[in-house]
Amino acid sequence: MSNSIHPMASVLAAVARGISGVQVQWAGCEPDERQRIYFANHSSHLDFVVLWSALPSEIRAKTRPIAAKDYWEETSPRRYVAKNVFHAVLLERGLVTKAQNPEEAQFAGRQLVEHMADALGTESSLILFPEGTRGSGEKIGPFRSGLYYLAQRRPDVELVPAYLENLNRILPKGEILPVPMLSLLTFGKPIQVEPEEHRDAFLERAREAVASLRRIGPA
Amino acid sequence: MILEAIHDPELGCLFGGVLFLLILSTLIGRRLKRRRKTDASRSIIDDLNNRKGAWWNMCAIFAVAVVIGRVGALVLFAIISFLAMREYMTLVPTRRGDHRTLFWSFFVIMPLQYCLIGMRWYGLFAVMIPVLAFVFVPTSIAIAGDTEHFLERAGKIQFGIIVCAYCLSHAPALLFLRVPGFEGHDARLLLYLVIVDQMRDVLQYLWGKLIGKHKIAWRVSPNKTWEGFVGGVASATALGTALWWATPFTPLQSAGMSFTICLFGFAGSLVMSAIKRDIGIKDFGVVIEGHGGILDRIDSLCFAAPVFFQLIRYYFVP
Repeated sequence: MSNSIHPMASVLAAVARGISGVQVQWAGCEPDERQRIYFANHSSHLDFVVLWSALPSEIRAKTRPIAAKDYWEETSPRRYVAKNVFHAVLLERGLVTKAQNPEEAQFAGRQLVEHMADALGTESSLILFPEGTRGSGEKIGPFRSGLYYLAQRRPDVELVPAYLENLNRILPKGEILPVPMLSLLTFGKPIQVEPEEHRDAFLERAREAVASLRRIGPA
Repeated sequence: MILEAIHDPELGCLFGGVLFLLILSTLIGRRLKRRRKTDASRSIIDDLNNRKGAWWNMCAIFAVAVVIGRVGALVLFAIISFLAMREYMTLVPTRRGDHRTLFWSFFVIMPLQYCLIGMRWYGLFAVMIPVLAFVFVPTSIAIAGDTEHFLERAGKIQFGIIVCAYCLSHAPALLFLRVPGFEGHDARLLLYLVIVDQMRDVLQYLWGKLIGKHKIAWRVSPNKTWEGFVGGVASATALGTALWWATPFTPLQSAGMSFTICLFGFAGSLVMSAIKRDIGIKDFGVVIEGHGGILDRIDSLCFAAPVFFQLIRYYFVP
């Protein structure tokens, strides 16, 4: 992966910032060039671009989104944006749930985690939406387990929770035209997997870490 | 218009006066800040110093508006409308089913209102929002199919469009009125409106702090007192009367105009305070720091501009 920012990415980031009027707050940590996994709630197509645009440009150049392969490879403009513009790491959804038996599911899960760990490499950071799909924005859905296994696989990488507020009202799922309301983005305190911590306990804690950053509350 | 501004001594005087006041109050504010003693006086001085920042910005905006001419001023007010509506709609609860209605409000209804002013199409400008948008908003929400809190949602969106787009657009519309014998001086009308309205706001605040005792509606806004209201309206009306030379009015007419501006401006800020109480915030700017506050500054102007415009149109435009 190259470390340069595609010009269209900068344009899209500027447009997304303009539309969302986003106000960014680093509440639990500071912007840092070290390797991180930013994980946030997901309710809008703007989520990734807004989060990405909030990072300083040196960090931006090394930060890639995790996105769903089925959706982002469906049409060629989407594929271009995902692959060439934002260097997205595309993952296949449903492999684990569709698996015939536990061994197959485990194998599929391990492959996905391996794929993400490869994308992290030695200097990249990732943006991940652990809900796996866009929600209505009213509450945060349950987190998929990938975050847990990835965190175990790469304990050296910091896990930074982030909360994107009001973007579901700006560009909700199923709409293509945005309404320019104002939004907030809050980065929280990094978390990590405790020794011996069970998967579900960690995922719930991670979800809590994101939910606790909400500033206005449900509209 | 840029030349008009330079060749219009009265306009220059108005602007000079505003600048002089601002500079004077900034200097006094600095000195007081150094000397402040009690906590109470400190909070008042800080509050005034903060407001002054906003006034400097407003003054700069109006200076630009006057210099760039009618169309530029219109665009500028359209931007202010946009930002105000953005604040309002962000804080008012809307639902998923309102999305397309909101899109139309921001990108069709509001820009169209300003276009109609620019075209001097008065007949449509005056009825587009109260008649057409009034029907459009609930209809489009109904088509979206979500009936929960239907009337509330439609009402809240309509109120936002009326205040942020319709009412405020009457301020730049002053520049497009043709008052016989006053051609080319329309910028003074806009400046007159803003000066009287803003001075009412600050004088009311000062009178209230000095001698205010009896609260008008403490539940809505604890800072508004009868003494502040009477003092503010009276002194701003006096100021407005004293500015008659810059307007097409006689001194008596000018008194009536500025009194009306004061009353409606007061109503505007009272109503906006009540809305903020309803939503549960103190300032529109507080929740979304760094972006907010536009609605807080123009609340009184929104109510004063339409009535000022209509009075001039009724009595001074044949």
